[in-house]
Amino acid sequence: MSFLSDVYAGLFYFAVFVLVAGLANKVIQYARTPAPLKIPTTPAPTTKTGVALRLTREVVFFESLFRGSKWTWIFGWMFHFGLFLVTLRHLRYFLEPVPMPIQLIQPFGIYGGIAMVIGLAGLWGRRFLVDRVRYITALSDHLILALLITIGLSGLMMRFVVHTDVMRVKQFFQGLYVGQVYTLPADPLLLLHLLLVAVLMIIFPYSKLLHAPGLFFSPSRNQVDNPREQRHLAPWARRLEQD
Amino acid sequence: MAKADFEVPVLQQYPEIPEVEPGVMAHSSPFKSKPQFQEPLGFPGELVDGWHEKALDKMGDLLSRYRSLRVYLDSCVKCGSCTDKCHYYLGTHDPKNMPVGRQDLMRKVYRRHFTLAGRLFPKLVGAEDLTEEVLGDWYSYYHQCSQCRRCSVFCPYGIDTAEISMAAREIMDHIGVGQKYCNEIIGKVYKIGNNLGLPGPALADTLEGLEEDVFDDTGVEVKYPLDQEGAEILLVTPSADFFAEPHVDGLIGYGKVFHEAGISWTLSSHASEAANFGMFIGSYENMRRVALRIREAAIKLGVKRIVFGECGHAWRVAYSFLNTLAGPWDFLDQRYPIPQHICEFTYGLIQEGKLNLDKSRNDDMVLTYHDSCNVARASRMGDRPGGQFDIPRAIIRATCNHFYDMDEETIRDRTFCCGGGGGLLTDDLMEVRVKGAQPRVEALNNVIQEKGVTHMAAICAICKSQFTKVLPYYGMDLDQIVSVHQLVSNALVLTGEETEDEDEAADEAA
Repeated sequence: MSFLSDVYAGLFYFAVFVLVAGLANKVIQYARTPAPLKIPTTPAPTTKTGVALRLTREVVFFESLFRGSKWTWIFGWMFHFGLFLVTLRHLRYFLEPVPMPIQLIQPFGIYGGIAMVIGLAGLWGRRFLVDRVRYITALSDHLILALLITIGLSGLMMRFVVHTDVMRVKQFFQGLYVGQVYTLPADPLLLLHLLLVAVLMIIFPYSKLLHAPGLFFSPSRNQVDNPREQRHLAPWARRLEQD
Repeated sequence: MAKADFEVPVLQQYPEIPEVEPGVMAHSSPFKSKPQFQEPLGFPGELVDGWHEKALDKMGDLLSRYRSLRVYLDSCVKCGSCTDKCHYYLGTHDPKNMPVGRQDLMRKVYRRHFTLAGRLFPKLVGAEDLTEEVLGDWYSYYHQCSQCRRCSVFCPYGIDTAEISMAAREIMDHIGVGQKYCNEIIGKVYKIGNNLGLPGPALADTLEGLEEDVFDDTGVEVKYPLDQEGAEILLVTPSADFFAEPHVDGLIGYGKVFHEAGISWTLSSHASEAANFGMFIGSYENMRRVALRIREAAIKLGVKRIVFGECGHAWRVAYSFLNTLAGPWDFLDQRYPIPQHICEFTYGLIQEGKLNLDKSRNDDMVLTYHDSCNVARASRMGDRPGGQFDIPRAIIRATCNHFYDMDEETIRDRTFCCGGGGGLLTDDLMEVRVKGAQPRVEALNNVIQEKGVTHMAAICAICKSQFTKVLPYYGMDLDQIVSVHQLVSNALVLTGEETEDEDEAADEAA
């Protein structure tokens, strides 16, 4: 088992590196690329505070999606909010001591896990049932859904059916902080769960999962509506003026 | 009813979301540009050697210059929220007219050449090379997008297909595959000063004719000045306003409003065009060049303010881009918005009670209002968000007794494009124009049936031309579309005007 644990330790170091470096690379790329014109979708906020509120509504409530498609909104919001609760619940494996709020969130994390799987199933169903969505679906869209739903189901299985030794799981991850590899429990479900989570982390910066940082850089959502008051010159456009 | 060699959609009482019919609009393409229309804009005359590499180079260049393009191509999760929002999809049923379907035509090339996943596993992520066939799809379907931004309202990440279709047209122009309609028109602006190629003397003639008409109607000498140095206001208006119906009735209205306000104003023969087709073809350089003509005219004429007439995308360029493209405007009077929309101007006078409006003069009409897409979703009027919806409606309510809005889901920021915007207002795209108008005409038809609406007012030259042309296909009359300032013109009682009562009294006396 220690060989497998070594492999998993290596995998997670790699996955964290790819996730962090890949996302940083993308965020820097987005930040460095100029937005040469004011293109907020109007009506748009006229102040920075207003923009912060608009983005908050998008991130927390999926405001535009709510206006666009109620079914996708219900399933999408269930999935994302569920995933958020699940992530909070999982912090207990990574923090020692476990902070009080994380202790309190534990039971909600389980509901979150269930909501997440139901939401994903609904989203996947749309890919088969709605002909327009079927038309735009690529193989990778199915695979990402399969990945997420398998992560969710394997996690729920470990909670409700085949338990694993969570203390040793925690020990494993705590050990990774200091470069020490503790043995993981040799449970197939756990190994599957962890493998897929690592895969998810690795594909994150190279797939449509980039929608997460993308939203914050979307000019139609993050720009202040003040073009008459302020010029908005990109560096390359400024050079045109010097010619 | 106008004759069509394609099937005109049937109007329904309740909107239906059609099933996808792949490829049904693949045949629709605008006429290709010719060398003489390409070269004045700085583009190669015909398809260049090595176009494939050059197209990808241009795409890389745009990706490094436009954050919107980069973020939008990365972020789509194929959620489907936009799929039933585009009027061209609703009217044609072609899935490549779904916003995401249209974006994917470029996204698949982006993935193939600019992302790791697409380079390693093209099939898996739907990545594809830019083949001749894909280029054909680009030309066809990026000219079935009116850049109206309705999709961006409903996208959870605000992905705006307009940005992508603009980039696609810019890439195609750079390899010599331009669209005749847009590029020929931009050339006319450079050469003559406006989209329609009306030279200064013709404009002067037309304006003189308008002065005579207004004098005959009202007995008041309302002036329509051209190139008058030292005037307070430079009016920049779409050139269709000079002669097309119902546009010209709007222009008559602007002149009457300025007259009543007692403010001197002028048109310019150098900047006799508010429209800026540089935006449609996604060319910052051409858009800037067109916009700079307004700056030049303002400096030459020594005006203090700039006011724009009724034109949708022109107002987008004016409101959102003009300061950036052709500013700073430090030589103008800073007490007024730069630039100002004619509706803002008129609304201000109404608020101050400076206009004597007789609503009953519009009693022969029951009105509704069409929010033009670029005004609704890409600009503002007044100092509060949403002023672009409220101010034109306030003007209509101040000038008419009978006004009803169309269905909430088809107005304000959810308004449907007229179907002719974005450089599609050309006869070679008649099928897509008629079909794309279906959602708007359907909502119009419903208020005609339910509320007895007779006319639809608009503040966009393209909308007005488009509806004049396509309404007959749906069995309606071409004159059911009117200018907002036509309503103002009708209702405005000019100081010293001979009213009908007086006329009658004079008749009786005689």
